[in-house]
Amino acid sequence: MRAYKPKDDVQAKPYYTDRFYKSPQVPKSSPESDELFSADLDAIKEKFEVLDAYIQVGQLVVYINPQDNFKVLEMLKNERAYSQLSEMSAIDWIADRGGFEVFYQMLSMAKRKRIRIKTFIKKGQAINSVEKLFRSADWSEREMFDMFGIEANGHPFMKRILMPYDWQGHPLLKTYPLQGDEFAAWYEVDKIYGKEARDIIGPEIRDTARVDRYDSERFTLLGHEVPKGTKITGDEPKHKESYQEEGGVFMVKKFDRKSSVVIDDPQR
Amino acid sequence: MAQIKNRLTPFFENITFDREDNELILNFGPQHPSAHGQLRLMLHLQQEMITKAHPDIGYLHRGMEKMAENMIYNEFMPTTDRMDYIASSSNNYGFALTVEKLIGLEVPRRAKVIRMMLLEINRLMSHIFWLATTALDIGAMTVFLYAFREREYLMDIIEGYCGARLTHAAIRIGGVPLDIQDSFISQLKTFLDKLPENIKTYEDLLDTNRIWLMRMEEVGTISTEMALSWGCTGPMLRASGVAWDIRKEEPYELYDEVEFNVPYSDKGDNFARYRIFMEEMRESAKILYQTIDMYEKCVKDGQTELMAHAPKYVSAPKLDIMTQNYSLMQHFVLVTQGMRPPVGEVYVATESPKGELGFFINSQGGPYPYRLKVRAPSFWHAGILTDLLPGHYIPDVVSIIGTTNIVFGEVDR
Amino acid sequence: MAQHKVNYTQNAGLPVALTSIDKIVNWGRSNSLWALTYGLACCGIEMMASGASRYDFDRFGTIFRASPRQSDVMIVAGTLTKKHAEFIKRLYDQMTEPRWVISMGSCANTGGMFNTYATVQGVDRIIPVDLYLPGCAPRPETLQYGVMLLQKKIRANHASRAQKAKRLM
Repeated sequence: MRAYKPKDDVQAKPYYTDRFYKSPQVPKSSPESDELFSADLDAIKEKFEVLDAYIQVGQLVVYINPQDNFKVLEMLKNERAYSQLSEMSAIDWIADRGGFEVFYQMLSMAKRKRIRIKTFIKKGQAINSVEKLFRSADWSEREMFDMFGIEANGHPFMKRILMPYDWQGHPLLKTYPLQGDEFAAWYEVDKIYGKEARDIIGPEIRDTARVDRYDSERFTLLGHEVPKGTKITGDEPKHKESYQEEGGVFMVKKFDRKSSVVIDDPQR
Repeated sequence: MAQIKNRLTPFFENITFDREDNELILNFGPQHPSAHGQLRLMLHLQQEMITKAHPDIGYLHRGMEKMAENMIYNEFMPTTDRMDYIASSSNNYGFALTVEKLIGLEVPRRAKVIRMMLLEINRLMSHIFWLATTALDIGAMTVFLYAFREREYLMDIIEGYCGARLTHAAIRIGGVPLDIQDSFISQLKTFLDKLPENIKTYEDLLDTNRIWLMRMEEVGTISTEMALSWGCTGPMLRASGVAWDIRKEEPYELYDEVEFNVPYSDKGDNFARYRIFMEEMRESAKILYQTIDMYEKCVKDGQTELMAHAPKYVSAPKLDIMTQNYSLMQHFVLVTQGMRPPVGEVYVATESPKGELGFFINSQGGPYPYRLKVRAPSFWHAGILTDLLPGHYIPDVVSIIGTTNIVFGEVDR
Repeated sequence: MAQHKVNYTQNAGLPVALTSIDKIVNWGRSNSLWALTYGLACCGIEMMASGASRYDFDRFGTIFRASPRQSDVMIVAGTLTKKHAEFIKRLYDQMTEPRWVISMGSCANTGGMFNTYATVQGVDRIIPVDLYLPGCAPRPETLQYGVMLLQKKIRANHASRAQKAKRLM
């Protein structure tokens, strides 16, 4: 019987973990320990529900409800001087919690502070687009849709950005294998030559360590190369590697090592 | 064997347009010599005026974030080289710093100085390359040849250090693998002494050149609001009137110990960006002179450590691995299983030559990052073309793409 | 009296070079290999460096052209992704015969380190390749040597006969 492998997370797994290994935590501190951050947090708390908040590695992390995301970012931008949305994306937690964590990484240039707004959405749930606030979210949200399939309500052009428009699947989901699925494996062949060319072109060679010693099309012993398709016997004659034929080349001067100059210091 | 014709239908088979009368749609790329990579632009034209621009990216999407989720931390280091391949070490550094912040490592001072040298050499390389390609796109072949000559000298220095010209992988998590070679300082000094003269050569060729000025001045103006809204960073933001340099504002490494200025402009056009690139080259040279002094002081003080001492995360020096049993075991575990950083999240931004290069890592205590997101500056610098190009003429497109300094390894990742 | 320098026993006694059509055509073809700039990723930078001042490709008659219709050899420098694959086929079809393809770098050869969903595992799945250059990224010297090997390959052709068009299938 084949060993069962869970299908909801097909990413690489450590092959060995000590039974008693308990991983340490990156230290968190309370938001009150920083003056500016606690003022920001109080401003958010005044109007919106804050599920959790802490400071980790010098940045404030605030968990909010998904429906508040536009208003929280609007408030931070207009009232708290967080002028830039540096980054936003999602984390796939479908296997553990059945949804995604969307994060907004914001920067205040006036206060020299960075804050991360996080929110949890269920699988299939859409979030509000913040494209009206920050144009940078235009492409970030498209990328998030492309990679995770999370749609943003109110986005002007909700289409794939990195993958082709006719692509199937969302690559950064944990259920999507690194080397792609069946559709990905044949994508370019199907598109350019059609499905009937699959047999002629053959499957992708994904095992980079595989060397077939009788394969004269891809691999031959260095210095013993044979024309394409020749059957390799193992006693091919060695031929000297050169870029010019023995007898010299018509109207081309042969390189003379003796009359050339070697430059030791290129910056002379 | 019967030949099968390809199935490709001509022209814009996979893009639908809302076309108005009298409008020409011009396809630019994805393989265009002056698009700095694989940028595809759909330009809607009224005569020669662009009314709508639709940049299409993803032609170099190689799935790096997915790779990171399937790789141990040290394994991912060479992959970061291929992101911003003009200045590889800055990517290495961004990733290394993020993991160091995650596990709370302190890097030895000598390693910090070497890192700073590498970073600034990379900045110079990147800016010189930017000048070369942008000038070539606008037609100044001479500048291209001069600038590439100087870039080769820098690549010689880097090659002497790490063995690679382009993809350095010169920085490790916890420090640097090697001390700089003997000829490093002397070669670098020779280069730096000539640099002001070389920059002046470029400026003499360009500053009063009529074609250059026509393509640069008052073209591609980005207002401050637009730059902030689009998430512009680095020279793009500084050209639009915001003096924001992460090296200065949130200093990492030893940038708080060196003296340098942050050039900025309130014009926001192509010419402002060009001037900022030129000034930043001078500032980088200034920093490099100071790091040379810092390095010599490190040598004098007898600081020889290059890697942080953290047996749980970083392998011991090679000598220990070869001579001591415990170090060998530790090294074996770290190579085969990988380090296991603590559970937590971190976002660290560094100032790469293109702008704010940030790495976001969510670690769940395993040897693989649970999620790694790269905040590549070029991604938004490519995005701003949507709003920036309308209202310009076709010949300006190339110069605008040039001065945004986008690299597609980074845009698409 | 100036002495005659003509050796009447060679070259039929005439001060001209006699050659076959093959040789003269191959000489022309191999020494004016105009390359299509197909810089896709990092290798494209090394390709530019080999065209620039230190490595100076023009010595070999290799001049980079931006149009497929003017070029003889396509240097695929960099990672070919699945999204881009159709365009390389289209540009290859636009090049005129005889045409050659150099696959530069590990990514173009086999997909290289990018063993992922988005990368074509070798450009030879899309177009026929004449020469594979190893390296990540190959140095400009490698590309120069590769072009010289391609010239050797061209010289071995029978230019006077109609050449069979290369097809992937």
